[in-house]
Amino acid sequence: MEISKMPITLDKDIVEYIEEVKQLEHPESYLISVLHKVQGRYGYLQKVHMEEVAHLLQVPAATVSGVATFYHFFRLKPSGKYQISICLGTACFVKGANLVLDAFMNELGIEIGETTSDGMFSIEGTRCIGVCALAPVVTVNGKVYSQVTAPQVNEILHKLKAEDK
Amino acid sequence: MLEMKKVNAIIDNIPVSVNEGTTIMEAADQIGHHVPRLCYHPHISTEGACRICVVEVEGRPNYIPSCATKLSEGMVIKTNTPELHQTRRDLVELMLNNHPSSCLTCERDGNCELQNLAYKLGVRDRLFEGSRKRYETDKSSPSVLRNPEKCVLCRRCIRVCSEVQGVNNLSQLYRGVDTVVAPAFGNDMIDSVCINCGQCINVCPTGAFLAKDDTDRVWEALNDKTKHVVVQTAPAIRAAIGEGFGMEQGIAATGQTVTALRRLGFDAIFDTNFAADLTIMEEATEFLNRFNNGGALPLITSCSPGWVKFLEHFYPEFIPNTSTCRSPMQMLSSLTKTYYAEKMGLNPEDIYVVSIMPCTAKKFEAVRPEHVTESGIPLTDAVLTTRELIWMIKAYGIDFVKLPESDFDNPMGYSTGAGDIFGSTGGVMEAALRTAYETITGESSDDIEYKEVRAVEGLREASLDINGITINVAVANGLNNAKTILEKVKRGEKEYHILEIMACPGGCVAGGGQPLTDAGKYVYPMDPTMIRKRQEALYNIDKNKEIRKSHENPYIIDLYKDYLGEIGGEKAHKLLHTHYHERTPRGIK
Repeated sequence: MEISKMPITLDKDIVEYIEEVKQLEHPESYLISVLHKVQGRYGYLQKVHMEEVAHLLQVPAATVSGVATFYHFFRLKPSGKYQISICLGTACFVKGANLVLDAFMNELGIEIGETTSDGMFSIEGTRCIGVCALAPVVTVNGKVYSQVTAPQVNEILHKLKAEDK
Repeated sequence: MLEMKKVNAIIDNIPVSVNEGTTIMEAADQIGHHVPRLCYHPHISTEGACRICVVEVEGRPNYIPSCATKLSEGMVIKTNTPELHQTRRDLVELMLNNHPSSCLTCERDGNCELQNLAYKLGVRDRLFEGSRKRYETDKSSPSVLRNPEKCVLCRRCIRVCSEVQGVNNLSQLYRGVDTVVAPAFGNDMIDSVCINCGQCINVCPTGAFLAKDDTDRVWEALNDKTKHVVVQTAPAIRAAIGEGFGMEQGIAATGQTVTALRRLGFDAIFDTNFAADLTIMEEATEFLNRFNNGGALPLITSCSPGWVKFLEHFYPEFIPNTSTCRSPMQMLSSLTKTYYAEKMGLNPEDIYVVSIMPCTAKKFEAVRPEHVTESGIPLTDAVLTTRELIWMIKAYGIDFVKLPESDFDNPMGYSTGAGDIFGSTGGVMEAALRTAYETITGESSDDIEYKEVRAVEGLREASLDINGITINVAVANGLNNAKTILEKVKRGEKEYHILEIMACPGGCVAGGGQPLTDAGKYVYPMDPTMIRKRQEALYNIDKNKEIRKSHENPYIIDLYKDYLGEIGGEKAHKLLHTHYHERTPRGIK
């Protein structure tokens, strides 16, 4: 009987990576590493991609989704065009990072891990990013904003919106 | 035999000497100290998730889970101290706090391991009343309901689905207080690779997994004057139904079941075993045709709807090998709405067919779109599990144990011993061999007990010599065992002729719809002694039958002569055969 093939939409190099780890001992132990690659490429873990990973790596789909939902690092929804990361490490926190975070959440009407409905912004809290001298620190798509205070939040968002036009 | 190395220790001031590798829990069991436990299940792997079975080991700073720790030389263990008792109570209280207080209306009331633990440990108040997790019950499947609110995260369902069935449908999603057991991506059960076997229901200590309850529809049909309500009972029902009424395990209650069904008001009571004989006629013929004409071998049985759905998700490449025979249930339902309807002058639309099955997957099978009559009505209208029939009998107030015995109705109520053993793993194979042998050799044999295919374990093989032809057969129950044998076929390791595959460990006698074991008695689903006793009940029926070969069933002979025509012929094909198709999501082997 002709068995229908699962269509694969993952990029070729990721498929090749999976094929490569499948030659190694305990290929299932590379699941997290594969998911990292997928999220790195597409920004988040789509169901269809997780299904393909399960199929290619021959790890049950239930296990893949168990791992993907367990680790905070993995995103199951697309992040916004602007990924706002607020450092919640000790130094930033004592300097008021929580107030900055609250300000972003209030301004955008979303919680940590969510994305605004227009797909523009998403917020995440990070652990210490190692520039404590500049606390509290916020990064937006990798660009660092130092010594941010809550009142500046509105201004930052305003600039980003203007920049986007 | 090799002498096992012994380990000596002291448990609750009692010296013990046990084989190396014994866990603390098992050693304590041996001296009659049953450490309270919840996630532990003797027939699947150890998890150590619930921590109820913790004990104190001298010299260790923390409590040790006794299920997951092997006894070592010189250990001094206490299984009962005031602190341990309090710890266990606290754990159970915390679980109860996160659990609905719906015991009174819960199906598992009275046979719930959590309830039982709370009772035994003396939890009488709810001290930690507070918010608890809230989930909708997933009622998408016609077979298995999933209610995460009642889940205690013991992971037994995940373990049985993976280790016994090889389906891996379930996993824990998210983390911490948000942890929930669900199919991949949190999909509904109906959109998953679930094969509906119901083993998750059997092993669940609470009511987080339940079979869909169809009793209301059946009561309604019984009270509908316009319906002619026909019932059939599967081979495995008689072997276990008595347990639901406190009868001894392993005693077949065939006659009482028939009487009870009659008193409930069914208009005709047929035996699925009759259709089991019919299945053998069709399947043995199918095998011989393939064997003689170079068809797809090995032929794989198709009675188990759990296996059939597994085939479609996981091994579609074996669809051509699988017998096109409908299951005995669907053969009998099909004949009820054709042969019987014509005989009785009834309109098939006015016939309501109820099947009593040891199986939750049968509920799914009954709603498969392929299983309809020519005019498009379902062959089977409702499937009840053994448990559901027990409730109905109890609801009606029938004292089952005291019932006189009575016989099934004809023309579809008589079965040979071959049909009777279908409910055990290996039964279909043995029944098929009895008929195949005589068909191949053309001579009658008295040596009909194929003991080599009888057993409780999950996988066995046999080679039989029939007239100088070697027939290689294999019997698998529990789909992980089916995987092993199918992979062997794929690798071309051995040439098999017939494979019998049953989804449930032990076969239908231990199906997902059978009476549950007693939560208070440390006897668990898949218990080999229980399975053996239920199997023996069936083999004893067979032994005492005058006719023990399907092809000698006089009613079957008449059925072909008067109605179906040729075995495997056109009419038989239309009424008794079906087809399968590849399913998504694709299973991961």
